[in-house]
Amino acid sequence: MIAWLRQHRDAVALALRRLTGAPLNTLLSLLAIGVALALPAGGQMLFANAQSALRGLAATPQISLFMAVDAERKSALDVEARLRRMDGVANAKLVTREETLTRMKAGQGVGEVLDALPKNPFPDAFVITPRDERPEAMERLAAELRKLPRVEHVQLDSAWVQRLDALLRLGRTAVVLLALLLGVGLVAITFNSIRLQVLTSRAEIEVSRLLGATDAFIRRPFYWFGTLQGLLGGATAWLIVLGATAWLRGPIGELASLYRLDFALAPLAAGDAVMLLALSAALGWAGAALSLRGTLAGDSA
Amino acid sequence: MIRFDRVSKRYPPGIDALADISFEAATGELLAIGGHSGAGKSTLLKLIAAIERPTGGAVLVNGQNIGSLARGAIPWLRRNIGLVFQDQKLLFDRSIFDNVMLPLAIAGFPPKEAARRVRAALDKVGLLPREKAMPIALSGGEQQRLAIARAVVGRPGLLLADEPTAHLDADTARDVAAIFREFHQVGVTVIVATYDDRLFPDARKIRLDHGRIVATGAEAAA
Repeated sequence: MIAWLRQHRDAVALALRRLTGAPLNTLLSLLAIGVALALPAGGQMLFANAQSALRGLAATPQISLFMAVDAERKSALDVEARLRRMDGVANAKLVTREETLTRMKAGQGVGEVLDALPKNPFPDAFVITPRDERPEAMERLAAELRKLPRVEHVQLDSAWVQRLDALLRLGRTAVVLLALLLGVGLVAITFNSIRLQVLTSRAEIEVSRLLGATDAFIRRPFYWFGTLQGLLGGATAWLIVLGATAWLRGPIGELASLYRLDFALAPLAAGDAVMLLALSAALGWAGAALSLRGTLAGDSA
Repeated sequence: MIRFDRVSKRYPPGIDALADISFEAATGELLAIGGHSGAGKSTLLKLIAAIERPTGGAVLVNGQNIGSLARGAIPWLRRNIGLVFQDQKLLFDRSIFDNVMLPLAIAGFPPKEAARRVRAALDKVGLLPREKAMPIALSGGEQQRLAIARAVVGRPGLLLADEPTAHLDADTARDVAAIFREFHQVGVTVIVATYDDRLFPDARKIRLDHGRIVATGAEAAA
């Protein structure tokens, strides 16, 4: 067991020597792997951020109910009373047309336009929190609300969130497909690196076989080479994503503040980063295994 | 220890490298296989080390039939054989010390014990002061001595050498031959394939020609 561990330690040392022995080749291979893996890893990070932001927006789905513009306050108060009696309504907040006008004048920079209008153009409205947040229950409630007297328009505020969520799910599937394709690319890069390593180590392999080396002894450093190259490529991808996150955080924060959103771009989650490193190492090992099957299979000396 | 029983080796497309060879080598014996280039000397050594398989007859090494040896068992056989090649097969990107260390690393020796053995082997062939140098810095005779150190570092019971004195001047060839005699004197079985078997006057001799034994013992020495 100790001898076996020692041989693995020696194989790791040899693999590292081979990696550092050709620094330019190693650097280019790591960059190629890093960029290839950074695309799906970055995509995963962006979609995770978007979904997290979306969860925040959709946490309390609401229904907006707008009265007719010419409806009197009495009608609004009547609707409010009916809303309080409805089972499907958890909460209903009346936003009067005066409140809306004041808020619009203060916030949107359209005060002069609104002042020029002969009368308040906004209707009384309600912000309704439904008791059941499931889409079908909300649709049922919306249909019920549309039947109330003097109600002009009912809007499900979560509908767009659901559409965006579906779009994000589609995007995430695309990222998985991209990851699969680029994973094949990583295997191909490792396959080629190992093949070149085997070709340049022909003399050493031949001598080792003549001195009593087993297949496992000869293959071990190449397996480690592939695994380490994959792992370092994964680490390069992680660093690229980390750098891009730091670079994008400012502009995205500014954009979010323009929309009055409390959102900050989060880096790749620790679990995702560990998964990225483990997968890249495993793909490197797989590339080495495929390459050795092709290049060492014929050796019998 | 080693027995050839009507052994033949044929290479495609029908070239007989060895034909109907029978002989025995006892444990601790010094055996010199003589003959001109192409006589079959190297093929004979390759059969013993399972680098080649016979196409006829049986090669027995310590009772094991090389012809029927499983591929996975070959490394374990070779670890008990010291091999010295005509072209040395040294690794020129490794130091002298690391070249000799290789068989022990393959066998999984503990580092301290391995280092002790490597230095002892290098001392035996007179290369200990140059252990950190690279093989390219050595002369032809020194490179051959390095190859011998690598062959004996695992303390094998059998030492096979293929033309170990080829391309060496007369004095260096005598020095190298003397090293093999020293190993024989401490009980190692030594089989040397050589175009000049006069370098091994105390060896039992077998002479090959076109893959066949043409003379043995005193007759071969004559």
